[in-house]
Amino acid sequence: MINFGSGNTVIKSKLISRRMFILTAAKTIVFCGIFGRLVSLQINEATKYKTLSDKNRFREWKLAPQRGIIRDYFDKEIASNEKVYQLHITPENSPNLETLFFRLKTILNLTDKRIFYLKRKIAKQKPWEPIIVSDNLTWSEFSRINLFLHELPGVEPIVSVARQYPDQSTAHLVGYVSQVSQKDLQNKQYLKDMSVGIAVGKTGLENKLDKDIIGKVGFQRYEVNAFGKRIKQIQVDPGESGKNYRTTLDLDVQKYTSEILEEKAASVCVMDIYNGDIITMASSPSFDPNSFVHGIDKTYWKELISNEKKPLNNKAIAGLYPPGSTIKIIVALSALENDVWNPKRYLNCSGVTELYGEKFHCWKKKGHGPMNMRSAIQRSCDVYFYEVARLLGVDRLSETAKKFGLGKKVLDGFIEERAGVVPSTAWKRKFIGKNWYLGETLHSGIGQGYFQSTPLQLCLMTAQIANGGFEIKPRVLVNNNKNNLRNYIKFKNENPNEPLPIDMLVSNFDLKPLFRNQENINFVKDAMFAATNEAGGTSFRSRYNDQKFMFAGKTGSSQIKRFTELQRELEIKQKDIEYKDRDHALFVAFAPYSDPKYAISVVVEHGGTGSGSAAPIAKKVIKKVLERDQLRENVKNLTGEEI
Amino acid sequence: MFQPRSIQTSMTYRDKIMSMDYVLVISILLLGVVSMFAMFSTDGGKFDYHTKSHILRFGVFFLMFLIISMFQIRFWYQTSTLLYLAFFILLLGVKYFGLTSSGSQRWLNFYFMNLQPSELMKIGLILFLAKYYHRISTQDVNRIKFLFLPVVALVAPVLLVVAQPDLGTSILIALGGVTVSWLAGVRVKFFAYASILFISLTPIAIAFLKPYQKSRILTFLNPDRDPLGAGYQIIQSKIAIGSGGLFGKGFLNGSQSYLDYLPEKHTDFIFTLFSEEFGFVGSLFILLLYSVIIYRIISIGDVTRSSFGKLYCYSFATAFFIYVGVNMGMVLGLLPIVGAPLPIMSYGGSSMMAIMLGLGIVMSCKIYKDTPVN
Repeated sequence: MINFGSGNTVIKSKLISRRMFILTAAKTIVFCGIFGRLVSLQINEATKYKTLSDKNRFREWKLAPQRGIIRDYFDKEIASNEKVYQLHITPENSPNLETLFFRLKTILNLTDKRIFYLKRKIAKQKPWEPIIVSDNLTWSEFSRINLFLHELPGVEPIVSVARQYPDQSTAHLVGYVSQVSQKDLQNKQYLKDMSVGIAVGKTGLENKLDKDIIGKVGFQRYEVNAFGKRIKQIQVDPGESGKNYRTTLDLDVQKYTSEILEEKAASVCVMDIYNGDIITMASSPSFDPNSFVHGIDKTYWKELISNEKKPLNNKAIAGLYPPGSTIKIIVALSALENDVWNPKRYLNCSGVTELYGEKFHCWKKKGHGPMNMRSAIQRSCDVYFYEVARLLGVDRLSETAKKFGLGKKVLDGFIEERAGVVPSTAWKRKFIGKNWYLGETLHSGIGQGYFQSTPLQLCLMTAQIANGGFEIKPRVLVNNNKNNLRNYIKFKNENPNEPLPIDMLVSNFDLKPLFRNQENINFVKDAMFAATNEAGGTSFRSRYNDQKFMFAGKTGSSQIKRFTELQRELEIKQKDIEYKDRDHALFVAFAPYSDPKYAISVVVEHGGTGSGSAAPIAKKVIKKVLERDQLRENVKNLTGEEI
Repeated sequence: MFQPRSIQTSMTYRDKIMSMDYVLVISILLLGVVSMFAMFSTDGGKFDYHTKSHILRFGVFFLMFLIISMFQIRFWYQTSTLLYLAFFILLLGVKYFGLTSSGSQRWLNFYFMNLQPSELMKIGLILFLAKYYHRISTQDVNRIKFLFLPVVALVAPVLLVVAQPDLGTSILIALGGVTVSWLAGVRVKFFAYASILFISLTPIAIAFLKPYQKSRILTFLNPDRDPLGAGYQIIQSKIAIGSGGLFGKGFLNGSQSYLDYLPEKHTDFIFTLFSEEFGFVGSLFILLLYSVIIYRIISIGDVTRSSFGKLYCYSFATAFFIYVGVNMGMVLGLLPIVGAPLPIMSYGGSSMMAIMLGLGIVMSCKIYKDTPVN
């Protein structure tokens, strides 16, 4: 069997070598293949793989920036950041979570539901990722935790910052922040690169300023291992806290106003008539904006939305009311400007007038007797204005009303603000699809019918009459815009003996007059003076005799429900009818009369009559504002503002 | 033709040492040193468990390599069947007494080490078949009668290893056996038949595959199929190698391995780690070392007179090449992940032991190149 034949061995040897040669060739090819692959991976595609390797290696954690602070005109904080005490748990550091939660339950107010939720969350995430047990502990809870800290391994008491609103009176104007929603992510592009968990402005200024006030998000870059655990910190960018803002508000007045309004469904706006600074813009009832910051409590939320006085609604800019008799100053002005009426013309008010068989009543059943335009404004005679409006026509009235700020948004960037309605024939055709009736002109003449306006619009309207008929741009934030009107007034006061023609003044000071003849504006102002300060005026009872506080104003009440003939016959009083059917009470005014500085509008929902419930509020607020006028001037001089 | 036996047997140790292949010895030592650095890096730059253990093993088995090479080649010829049987019994032992780790039963627990007999079987089968084909004449090689024993000797251990389950090692054992048969002159048609039979049995085999084995094959075909699961290893390995670039990230700076993105970095993916830290230049150095080793083994085969020596050296060189090729192909994403260690570089005692045993016999062939085996 075993063959030692030398020939065979040689043959075998040759066979083996031949076959080995083939294998060696194959090996060479394979090693060349491996070499080629190395070239491709490590030389040709090295950049790509380096990027991928870094992507593996680094991970960034976002750092939430501090929100900017909002202050009032006197630098008092109205939206600030406050330390909050939080409790975090790092599951990795806790030997026994069960006992830990049991201990925590005895120290804090943790519900079983919350513990169940937390445990489920812990199970889902990595053991070294901290979990927030509570993001807003009271000081006593926080100190108790710190006391027992040595028996609570894995627990970390953390001091962080969160939005804080020291006062409820500014809740509507400032708005509030809350957790980011899906909708916010869609609407606000800048949130894209922010971390989840950041609070975002939802309403008011917080929403309007959100982009700049939210700040720049920072990050910490860590090297992480394959399991996501941080190995070491590579880079930190603390980010930037948001921009701070100073508003034109006077927090003292705002608080005072809120107190006066109590639980009424009402709003008050006060405006500087020269630069448009909004001194106060209160809406009542208010709510606690702090309750939204950490997620609102369900019962409180239900309470807010079921309240018929709508506390969440910013009535000053989102509440729409027929302007009622307050529109009469615009009707009168429009009639005078368009030369359709002689103010001295007398008309006899018998309490009712008729047009095409329809009866139009004056609020005073017995009638006012003979009236001219001044006394018709003073006593708010409806019949007189029916006639003025009839001759004026709705389109000319509409033009004047729009010019003075009705029917369009007053502020920029407030999502909740509404534009209201200034009716005209074209408007009705467009939005209702019907032709205008003359009867509707008469209703419009006393601010009823289709007319809808916000309290802030009424305030602006009054301010622009009070300042002599020049356009102003209302503002909530202090900015560096130059104010020409103030310079003009200054010039006029310094040179009383050099009456320059109006058009020259206008061109010199770059003003935008809203009148054709300033005498007409003065006429209306005088009539408003009469309404407050002369016997028989609608707001005579709310007057000040002190020259310093003396103001001029116009009342109004807007009907919710038409009076039936029966009610009219019975002389039903407002306070005798159901709350939700009562008229809205309105009052607009400017003060002081001798040297006007501020305009005010007051609207009390279902308040009855303007003279009864709105004017007394205005009276108090005006006094407060004028008392603080000097303080405001001081700040102006101090900061060197030109306004 | 025959060398006088007296000359051969009377070789002194000095003569033996003088006639060793020093290029091969130095290459092995170099590779050993490189592997120590790599192991040091896997331990995170600390002189830790893996490094210590690897150095100890390399030292012990390198000594074993030297001792083995001192034995006459005739000794290895005579004991080859015995070795094969011994390894086979160990494999059977694994089946009954083996240790199970991560789902497969591969190890026997000895007091000083956990032995993986399948690694030794790689060498045992080559030795056995080399002797077998040495003994039969060229004419008989392709007779069915003489094909029977090699097939049984190959299939029996392979089946045992597949059942562990250890697909990678079983393939490597089988390839070693096939290489010897091919070199001995078994006709191509028999390999063709075997392949056809194998392919036709594949669907049945797949039915027996563990789910993870199936997914590995599917993943190889498309690594992005499951980037976080089975494809993860291939993707991370490619990232590590590619990101090494030309000169690498530097010793101990391989972020992929340091941050645990790299799986099995001590064993199957040791080349990846080295490649990440030393770049293209380092990879090429390793590839060159392996080429030199393989080339030297083939050269020893060339100068060996006996068919046994030739068959053994050529087959071992080819098997060694296959181990290197499969491992590199695997970590470079050219082959599926089958679990094949890189000779000498990878952490693992049995693999090191088997390779050193194989290399020792090669060196014995060199020293006794002119001695007939019988």
